[in-house]
Amino acid sequence: MSDRSNVNIAVLEDRAKLIRTETVRLTRIAGAGHYSSTFSCAEILSALYYAQMRIEPSRPDWENRDRFIMSKGHAAIGLYPVLADLGYFDPSELDTYTRLGSKYGDHPDMKKVRGLDFSSGSLGHGLSVGVGMALAGRVRGLDYKTYVMLGDGEISEGQIWEAMSAANHFQLGHLVILLDRNGLSIDGHTEEVMAIEPVHDRFASFGWDVQRVDGHDLEAVMAAFGNLKDGTTGKPQAIIFDTIKGRGVKRMEMSLDWHVGNLVGDDYDDVMAELDAGLQPYEPEPAE
Amino acid sequence: MTTEMQNEAEIFRGTTEGKTTFKDARSVRGTPKQGMPAFVLGEELAEMAKSDDRIVVATADLASANRTNDFKAVHPERFFDFGIAEKNMITAAAGMAACGMVPYVATFASFAAILGAEQIRTDCAYPRMPVRVIGTHSGMSMGFYGSSHHALEDLGMLRCVADLTVICATDANHLRAILRKSADHPGAMYIRLGRGRDPVVYDEVPDLEIGKAIRLREGSDITLIATGSQVRATLDAADAMAQDGISVRVVDMHTISPLDRTEVEAAARETRAIMTVEEHNMTGGLGSAVADVLVDLPRLPFKKHGVPDRFVEVGPPAALYNAYKLDAPGVEEVARAFLKGI
Repeated sequence: MSDRSNVNIAVLEDRAKLIRTETVRLTRIAGAGHYSSTFSCAEILSALYYAQMRIEPSRPDWENRDRFIMSKGHAAIGLYPVLADLGYFDPSELDTYTRLGSKYGDHPDMKKVRGLDFSSGSLGHGLSVGVGMALAGRVRGLDYKTYVMLGDGEISEGQIWEAMSAANHFQLGHLVILLDRNGLSIDGHTEEVMAIEPVHDRFASFGWDVQRVDGHDLEAVMAAFGNLKDGTTGKPQAIIFDTIKGRGVKRMEMSLDWHVGNLVGDDYDDVMAELDAGLQPYEPEPAE
Repeated sequence: MTTEMQNEAEIFRGTTEGKTTFKDARSVRGTPKQGMPAFVLGEELAEMAKSDDRIVVATADLASANRTNDFKAVHPERFFDFGIAEKNMITAAAGMAACGMVPYVATFASFAAILGAEQIRTDCAYPRMPVRVIGTHSGMSMGFYGSSHHALEDLGMLRCVADLTVICATDANHLRAILRKSADHPGAMYIRLGRGRDPVVYDEVPDLEIGKAIRLREGSDITLIATGSQVRATLDAADAMAQDGISVRVVDMHTISPLDRTEVEAAARETRAIMTVEEHNMTGGLGSAVADVLVDLPRLPFKKHGVPDRFVEVGPPAALYNAYKLDAPGVEEVARAFLKGI
C-alpha cells in the first residue's frame, strides 16, 4: 500500500491496528516480544509511514528519500509489518520472525531488512545516526528529512545529549526527534527510575523547536507533522508524543508486567478480539 | 625550557613550529624545526578528497593535534568538529556512511578505540559501514600524560570484532598507503597511529595490500614480527644482530585483523623461532593474534614482546620505551636472550 490518494484518519487507524495485531501474531511465533513499547507508538508509526515520510517502497535506495531510525529498536516488531505492507518485502517472510536464520530479529538489522535505514538495539545511539544522516544530506545537497524515534527511558543515555548538542550546533533543521513518551521503562515509571521531566524544557534549552501532542490522537499527530518546517538549516525539531505504554490492550496499559511477554491460549484470542474492536477510551487503574 | 618539554607540548598543538604556551619563546625558535612525519593525515585526506567527493573528515576537539585541520583548510564544507563527544562522532560517522559518505574520524586512540569501542562495534562494524576510525597517539606514546591517555589495549579490544579491519601505520609513507587503499575498502576500519614523530621505515609510499604483511628483511634463524611504532626499532635490532651473523627475518605485520596467516605460517616453516614486537599490552594484541595462528601448527619457539599486563609508569616516551625494552637496544636484548634460551 503506497498510493496515498485515499489516506485519511480511518486508514491510519486501520494501519495502527495492523501494527498491533501483527505484533501479537509475531510475538507468538517468537515466544516472547515487546508488546507494550510497540503499542505506544503504533499511531505515530502509522502516520509517519503512510502519510508523512517521502518514500518510494519500490526504490529503497533512493538517495533523497526521507530516513527513519527506530532508535528504540525493540519496537522493530511493529515496524516490520509496516515495511511488508508497503511492499518492501513479501509479508509472508514475517512468518520466519526470530526463527533460526530469519532476517527479522527482535532488534532490526539493516543488512537483512529491506527498507530499514539503520540497525538499532543498543539504546542511545539513534540520534547520533540521525545527526550523521542529516549532515550527509547537507554535504550532498539533498533535502530529505531524518526522523529518529526515541524511547523516553532511552534519553537517559548520555550519547543522546551529545547528539542533541551537535544537532543544534550544526543547525540540523531537517532532523526530527519523535519521542515516544509512554511513561514507563523496564523497572518502573521513568520519573521513579530516572526522571526525564521537564523534557519539553530540556529539549528547548538544547536549542530545539519542540511540540508536545497526544500520540494516540491521529488528528493531533498529523497536525504536529504538518507544523514541521521544511529546509535543511535552522533549529532541529522535536515532537514529544504523550502516549500510553501498552495502549490498545487493557491489561497491558501502563502495566510493568508486559514490557516483554507472551500471550497464549484464550488470552491470545481475547486480545486479538479486543484489538479488532479498535481503541477504546483509556481508563487508568484507580490509584491504590 | 628544555627540548623535551617543548616536544611534549606539541601533542596538543600538532606542531613544534610557531607559537608556544610557554613564556620562553626564544628557546622554541632556537630549536631545530622538527617534522611530524606521521601526521600527513589531513594533508593526504585533503588530496584524496579532491577527486573523491564521498570523503568527509571529523575530529573531537583535536584538529590541531591530529592535523585534520589540514583537511579543513582545503575542504571546510566536508569537515566537522564534534567537540569533546567521541561516541556521538563515531556513530554520526556511521550515519553519514549510510548516506553515501566515506568518513574518516580521528582522535586520540585512548578515546577513539576504548571510549568508542561499542560505537565502533555496533554502529560501524555490525552494519558494515565504511567508517575509518583513526586512533592517533596510540600505545604509551603520550608518555607522562598517563594511562588515561595511553592505548595499550585497543588492538586486543578491537581485533575480536567481526567485520572490522584493524591496521597499524608504521610511518608517514605507510600511512599514506593505508589511506589511499582505505577509500574503497569494504566495511569499517580502525587505523592505529603513533604520536607523529615515528621514525622512518619507508622512504617511499610502499605498495601496500591491506591484510598482507610486508617482509622487510630475509632471514632464517628467527623471525621478528612487529607492527606500527615498533617496526623501526625491530629493524635496527635485527641489523645489529646480523652483524654477529644472526640471520633475522623482519615482518611488518601492519594488519592485525584479518591477520596474514600465510606470512606467519611461512615464518614457522622457514625460520627456527618467532618473536612478536608491539607497543601494546602483551595480552590480546599482535602477539596473541600470531599465537592464534601458531596454535594450529607444529610447535616452535615463540615469544611475545610488548608491555607487561599492568598499567605503565609515567615518564617521557623515550624513557618509557627504554624502560620497557621497546627501543632498538631493548628489542635486541630481548631477542638475543630468547634465542640463547632455545
